[in-house]
Amino acid sequence: MTRRRGAPGTALRKAVLAVVGAVFAVPIAAMVAFSLRSADGTGHDLGHWTALAAPENERAYRSLVEGVTNSLVLAAVTAVLVLVLLVPTMVVVHLRYPALVRPLEFVCLVPVTVPAIVLVVGLAPVYSVVSRVAGSGAWTLALAYGVTVLPYAHRAVQADLAATDLRTLTEAARTLGSGGVATLLHVVVPSLRRGLLAAAFITVAVVLGEYTIASLLNRVTLQTSLVQVSRSDPFAAVILALLALLLAFLLLAVVGRVGSAGAGRPVLPGRDVAATAPAPARKALS
Amino acid sequence: MTPTRPLAAAAALTVLALGLAGCTAADAAGADAASGTAATATSAEDLGGMDALIAAAEAEGELNVIALPDTWANYGKIIDAFEAEYDITVNSDSPDVSSAEEITAAENLAGQDTAPDVFDLGSAVTLANLDQFAKYKVATWDDIADDHKDADGAWVHDYTGLMSVGYDADAVPEPGTLDDLLGSEYRGKVAINGDPTQAGAAAAAVQWAALQDGGSADDVSAGVSWFGELADAGNFLPTDPTPATIASGETPVVFDWSYNNLAAAADAGGRDWRTAVLPGTALGSYYNQAVNVDAPHPAAARLWQEFIMSDEAQNLYLAAGAYPVRLAAMTEAGTVDQGALDAVGEQPADTVQLTTEQTEAASALLAGTWAQAIG
Amino acid sequence: MVALVEGRPPAADRDRLDGARPPRARRRPAAWWALTPFAVYVLLFLAVPCVVALGTGFVTGDGRPSLSALAALGEPLVLRAFGSSALVSGITAVVGAVVGAVVCWGLTALRSDGLVRSLVDSAASVLAQFGGVMLAFAFTATIGIQGVVTQLLLTRLGVDVFAGGVWFYQVPGLLLPYVYFQVPLMVITFMPAVTGLKPQWQEAVATLGGTRREHLLRVVVPVLAPAFVGSVLLLFANAFSSYATAAALISQGAQIVPLQIRAALVSETVLGRENVAGVLALGMVVVMVVLMTLYSLLQRRTERWQR
Repeated sequence: MTRRRGAPGTALRKAVLAVVGAVFAVPIAAMVAFSLRSADGTGHDLGHWTALAAPENERAYRSLVEGVTNSLVLAAVTAVLVLVLLVPTMVVVHLRYPALVRPLEFVCLVPVTVPAIVLVVGLAPVYSVVSRVAGSGAWTLALAYGVTVLPYAHRAVQADLAATDLRTLTEAARTLGSGGVATLLHVVVPSLRRGLLAAAFITVAVVLGEYTIASLLNRVTLQTSLVQVSRSDPFAAVILALLALLLAFLLLAVVGRVGSAGAGRPVLPGRDVAATAPAPARKALS
Repeated sequence: MTPTRPLAAAAALTVLALGLAGCTAADAAGADAASGTAATATSAEDLGGMDALIAAAEAEGELNVIALPDTWANYGKIIDAFEAEYDITVNSDSPDVSSAEEITAAENLAGQDTAPDVFDLGSAVTLANLDQFAKYKVATWDDIADDHKDADGAWVHDYTGLMSVGYDADAVPEPGTLDDLLGSEYRGKVAINGDPTQAGAAAAAVQWAALQDGGSADDVSAGVSWFGELADAGNFLPTDPTPATIASGETPVVFDWSYNNLAAAADAGGRDWRTAVLPGTALGSYYNQAVNVDAPHPAAARLWQEFIMSDEAQNLYLAAGAYPVRLAAMTEAGTVDQGALDAVGEQPADTVQLTTEQTEAASALLAGTWAQAIG
Repeated sequence: MVALVEGRPPAADRDRLDGARPPRARRRPAAWWALTPFAVYVLLFLAVPCVVALGTGFVTGDGRPSLSALAALGEPLVLRAFGSSALVSGITAVVGAVVGAVVCWGLTALRSDGLVRSLVDSAASVLAQFGGVMLAFAFTATIGIQGVVTQLLLTRLGVDVFAGGVWFYQVPGLLLPYVYFQVPLMVITFMPAVTGLKPQWQEAVATLGGTRREHLLRVVVPVLAPAFVGSVLLLFANAFSSYATAAALISQGAQIVPLQIRAALVSETVLGRENVAGVLALGMVVVMVVLMTLYSLLQRRTERWQR
């Protein structure tokens, strides 16, 4: 491919990326530098990092431990809930009721239009009923989180679903005598492994970062305990925020490398064209 | 494939779910039967005396409290003292929520064993939610003046503070009068504890400014305009002061209750934090103690009431700089902690307390004008 | 790979060798039950809360239907909150869109299946969607009163960022964290459009004797314009509905709509405004519905070029 004269070359584009990347790294670097400040304000040391593990601070950080535990449990429960509820539905709709594909997508995209702060206004009465039935542990939030996660999970699974010839596979299984549930478990799930994994990891990332619903429903999670701790110890809050961001980044990086087509993309109405189009390396603006 | 298998599975799940629901209902019913008498007791005598109350409370074993930060009016020490005296574990939930959120939590968790047992509320929220409270009169009921308690025992005042200005003596000079704070030494340094349209302590700061600056308890607009002047001078800091910001020096001047400012001195990371109750009209506001009508641990809740109104807890309030409601009675009986009283100073005789109507009028005024005043 | 073919019964059904009726007709009724758990779940936890949230605006405190709470939408404070929300959302959407588009352009220089590109994608996802409270802490650590950058500027350059007043804990302080998550969101949403620009078009322009400039103005801009505008709308909607970052940063005043909702729900001084929360929610949803409808209309135009 001939280089056109005057075309901004690869070098310029990479330079632009480097500059923007450096600017975006500033807050992260600032968080690290902030957390390394020594207690008396001069110089730097690991004092705040080691204080997190110190036994004498155990009482102060108790809510943090509770928040982290609750969030991890919530993430697991939400991932299971979403996968168990959404995937069979999507598969059945994809295979049996193609007319419902669009409505299902619409339903899964409603949480994008109805933000969490609006949803939580209506969740309080629902949750007083939920509390009566299932207790008031933080894990009950999984029911609300499943809804907020729907757009992302649907997107991840849909991309994989579109790229897999599920119809032939299930028909083959059926002709070989497999029942519905067995087909689901032994044929569908392994074929959609990437999409399911992507959905699960994205669910975990969303749940770990969710604050709105947890705080206004008075439950203790990682984010609400971070805010509470920041009032008395901003350093611990910054350290844990850094670690949480890193964890979410690692989760999504793994998903991205494992190669699911729909992973990491946000949720948008409209067809997932990019996932279905063939994707060789492109040089669009050379 | 026939539809019977999935139907059977669904039926099994339904039975399981109903069974679980039934179990939890049965448990709840059982628990209610055991402490049924405690849930309706209006005084210790109804249960057969203090010892019976203590026994019933210790049988319950736990107490859920909410919105009681350790450094607020010595609640940390009060909770520790309660746990030390009785064999009851105190679960201190959500220390930073507002009074309104305490009621919301009680509503959301109604019937659960994590619902709050007792409340410590601002007056406005108390008077708006009387059905949420169980009527209970503590042993020392008669020590308390009539305007500090509900006639039926739904609520009772527990302590009050005085509105004060806490300041870092190393960073700023001592403010002698309110208008000193408008000076240039306080540029970008003066904060109040919360948003007056949301938090009681902040609303009280504005009311106090009104009283100091020529307004009255009926009309706090003078306070709003004074804070407007503060903002125009560039002295107003729209940050929430927390122990962290005080220790780091971000908020060198804080309007807050005297007991909070006094507690901040202990936590101030080496700074010389002082509390100034400015001369002139003093403003106080009693908080209200109440028992949740749906308390999961009714006997423990009532025992907590008794404890709060006992000399021990009232003196702990005093040690933190808060004036307990039984101060007059304790002084007369000689049970007051004289050292603490001397350290804090006598309660000023002309402390202004806003009535319900005045509080409502002030809230309405703040809701309409605060945001504009501070820009 | 197989394209999206929907709605055609599989051939296997029609070609059973033994001529028996396709099993599908017998199995069809049994599949509805598979959809009910999801339907029930969505009904209980999405439909009902939505209806309740929007409906509380239409009842009085005692539960009787009334339009009186809607009057709150006309209060100057509420109008100002909507205005501030719109202003913050607009500024950060435009800035985010422009910077994001530049980043997209830069990303075309990387291999689309390379490590750097996928790391950038992951980082963009994290910052765009899962930052919330943590971004508030990040920026407090950066340019808060005790922030690293603030102190650096003060001690090394003598520049006091807060000389004119502490703006960080008010609405202006929201701009930086919001741009920080708007740019990655722009990258995520706009990149498919940018990669959809086929090199063949550039060659076609060259063949027809056009210059690079003409390619840019006559081909690239018209093709990317719907995607760009759509992304701006999406960014606007994203900032408008954001709550966590603002809640963590701003404690004094409720200058934007999500914070007004919070104030209506948790205030202990101005009581009885829970219905106002419903009305505000209604206002927010109306804005969001309008934005997302426009977005999906634009998205259809965008997709034309990506086929």
